[in-house]
Amino acid sequence: MASALMTAPSEISWVDRLRAEGADGRAAVAELHALLLKAARFEIGRRATQLPHLRGGDQEDLAQQAADDALMAVLRKLDDFRGESRFTTWAYKFALLEAAVKVRKRAWQGREIPLEDDAWGALADAGAGAGRGAEDAELFVALREEIERLGERQRQVLVAVALNGVPIDVLAERLGSTRGALYKNLHDARRKLRAALAARGLRVGTSGEEEA
Amino acid sequence: MKSDEKRDAVLGRVLGPGRPELTCEQCFEELDRYVELTVGGDAADARIPGMRAHLDGCPACAEDFAGLRDLVTQEGD
Repeated sequence: MASALMTAPSEISWVDRLRAEGADGRAAVAELHALLLKAARFEIGRRATQLPHLRGGDQEDLAQQAADDALMAVLRKLDDFRGESRFTTWAYKFALLEAAVKVRKRAWQGREIPLEDDAWGALADAGAGAGRGAEDAELFVALREEIERLGERQRQVLVAVALNGVPIDVLAERLGSTRGALYKNLHDARRKLRAALAARGLRVGTSGEEEA
Repeated sequence: MKSDEKRDAVLGRVLGPGRPELTCEQCFEELDRYVELTVGGDAADARIPGMRAHLDGCPACAEDFAGLRDLVTQEGD
């Protein structure tokens, strides 16, 4: 399906139409905005359970803001469209990203980021309940020790995102950072933990995973 | 959730996928193509290596993928 669409003239004409001067360009921009709004509404509707207190009017405001921000992003990045997917799929991802980030931030508005202490309970609970006895008990004790040995930023990000379920873009906003930078912290922390556990001779694969 | 599933879920979140993965920026860059390949049943994981591992490790990007996949699927119905 996708390969047949890669060079479809309609995909290129979207870009040309959006770059057109005058009424034609304005019509294309309006058409694009309508598509982005549809995508934003779709995503906010999908995530409505994360925002039980949000009324219909507020959801629509959020969708409008997401569509407006996505439109700016799409127009700014038109040169990046390589025609490797349909133009609408490419454009939708900006609307979905804007909508998702807004929903996550709204869901966490006014909430404290859970403290590190809150995480140890979840870790101990996961270790205690599994049917692997002493092997798992040792693994989870070691895991906590190695998490505590991480540098402050890596520990902070790992505990918040992986143990306390804080959305990474919410954390990025609170820490004045970016999603990409925090994911790099998380990735580096995970790599260190895997290496440290392996150095202790502990098997770190999950039930369905063969450790490389 | 069964205890072994809970154990695996916590270990998965803490230790991540443990295999080479894209960054969040690369994931966003490839997301539209990956979604269309996935929806079209067109060897998405072979054609965009590291994407699946990143989606396994990054809850936010995984949510973005699910949203775009569902929207594209709905439009194709």
